[in-house]
Amino acid sequence: MAASTSAQVISLYRMLLRESKKFPAYNYRTYALRRVRDAFRANRNVNDPKAVERLMEEGEQTLALLQRQVSIGKMYETQKTILEEKTPR
Amino acid sequence: MLKVTAGSDVAVSGRSVITAARGSAYETKTSRSVALLIRLRTVRLPVTASAAPGASLCFSVVLCVPGGLPGQTGSRFSGFLSVFSGSQRRCLPRAGAPRAACSGRWSGFMCGWEPRREPPHPANPRDAVEAGELRPLYMDFQATTPMDPRVLDAMLPYQVNFYGNPHSRTHAYGWESEGAMERARKQQVADLIAADPREIIFTSGATESNNMAIKGVARFYRAKKRHVITTQTEHKCVLDSCRVLEAEGFDVTYLPVQKNGLVDLELLERSIRPDTSLVSVMAVNNEIGVKQPIKEIGRLCRSKGVFFHTDAAQAVGKIPLNVTASNIDLMSISGHKIYGPKGVGALYVRRRPRVRLEPLQNGGGQERGLRSGTVPTPLAVGLGAACLIAQQEMQYDHHRVSMLANRLVQKIMLELPDVVMNGDPEQRYPGCVNLSFAYVEGESLLMALKDVALSSGSACTSASLEPSYVLRAIGADEDLAHSSIRFGIGRFTTEEEVDYTAEKCIQQVTRLREMSPLWEMVQEGINLKSINWTQH
Repeated sequence: MAASTSAQVISLYRMLLRESKKFPAYNYRTYALRRVRDAFRANRNVNDPKAVERLMEEGEQTLALLQRQVSIGKMYETQKTILEEKTPR
Repeated sequence: MLKVTAGSDVAVSGRSVITAARGSAYETKTSRSVALLIRLRTVRLPVTASAAPGASLCFSVVLCVPGGLPGQTGSRFSGFLSVFSGSQRRCLPRAGAPRAACSGRWSGFMCGWEPRREPPHPANPRDAVEAGELRPLYMDFQATTPMDPRVLDAMLPYQVNFYGNPHSRTHAYGWESEGAMERARKQQVADLIAADPREIIFTSGATESNNMAIKGVARFYRAKKRHVITTQTEHKCVLDSCRVLEAEGFDVTYLPVQKNGLVDLELLERSIRPDTSLVSVMAVNNEIGVKQPIKEIGRLCRSKGVFFHTDAAQAVGKIPLNVTASNIDLMSISGHKIYGPKGVGALYVRRRPRVRLEPLQNGGGQERGLRSGTVPTPLAVGLGAACLIAQQEMQYDHHRVSMLANRLVQKIMLELPDVVMNGDPEQRYPGCVNLSFAYVEGESLLMALKDVALSSGSACTSASLEPSYVLRAIGADEDLAHSSIRFGIGRFTTEEEVDYTAEKCIQQVTRLREMSPLWEMVQEGINLKSINWTQH
């Protein structure tokens, strides 16, 4: 399989962020956003095509996980936290 | 010792007990409680307690003691009093409070405190959502942690489709469960602490692991060894297991710790006797977060031929642990402290040199006969996933938690004078910040900070007003032990949460100090230690 292009990487990154934003729970949402950003930033300089391929696969799996967990989160939604009231998104 | 029963003498509540503190032991058995200070100056005051039932407001409580407190000849009273009372309903003076009793001379008044609001307990969480109620922030990561979504994701298949008994050897349902359980044991739990998978025993949590390790080892070797060493700052389940051993005729040494919360290695060495079977020292303290010198203790125990057990519930997955490098013989692990599920834990039991224990639970002989009972596959898988994630995220989490903890401490320390951080400043896990706010009563502060889920110590003892035994063991003054709050920071804490907590904390401490007579005296330059308290 050919190495992922940077366009593919960026597309995955965007999809991960978009999915993370859907978490209803404040702490999970902020964590997911932060973790995705930090993971991409930490691996910014990975050039080895094999490593990129592995990371992309990992990202795809994370995306699927996020989608599943977001739907579960939506099923059992709870009250907003004090902070969310103060700074409406 | 001064002791006033409230029903007759005090307008505070029907069932509360007032007990004099300061240098004397508490004598109350009431569970929930609030300590209030009595103003030292004798003041004449009318009854100022007025509050509509159910309202949450600040009010002063007036002691109405005709002719002085029992056991006293005069009515003048000075001392350090604590009122212990129950929920708000009990704290609020009833309409028919014994006002007649108020004709006597006033002894003093107590300073402000807000009664704890009845926690809203909607039968259905959705009711709360619809009612538009807000949730407090969670800053109590030492009590428990929210489950990581990745952990839940790993567990769910085993809660729905793969329901086989992992000990069933005759069909595929059993095999798939067994496979998942063994994967969790090997690749995840064992790898995190550099152990062999055969050394991991799944249990119901760190309490069971601690019980198993301490009672199990002591009882197995009881013919020759009758001595166990632990420290005064251990978790209650360790101390209680030791108490049981004492009742069985074992000798237990409860080592004091130094001012910084660390064990004195020389003292430990001196305390080891030829008939010592076990030394149990926790890796990271649950209340003050200090990190014990596990490596040094392990080396010492190995050289003396004594087994070393460490309760690592608060340490696993947060700091690097290696059972081989640290010569740990037994180690307790908890699932719900590392973003895993509640109700599962593990005990590491060394195979070479072999540690033997007497099982607490007998039955089908699961877990090498040490812990009979079907292993809950979904929980074991959850613990495994939590360990795996903890290993991957340890550095990232540690970096972040340290940053947030520094942010919190610096913000508070910069704004507020007389704040003491309990425990060693260097040898600690940063996510557990225990601060003492001098001249502020910890319980009052917790109630004032109802937007933030905090605690004054361990969750197990959060129902009592007793000052934390951990803080007393590190030699904190009674007043400081009463005014401590534990801030727990974890993987899911945000900068905004830390800022909000710090801001609220500063605001409420300032407010409570303004009300406190002790703070006023300190501002006037009176040395509180020089006061001759009359009630002892």
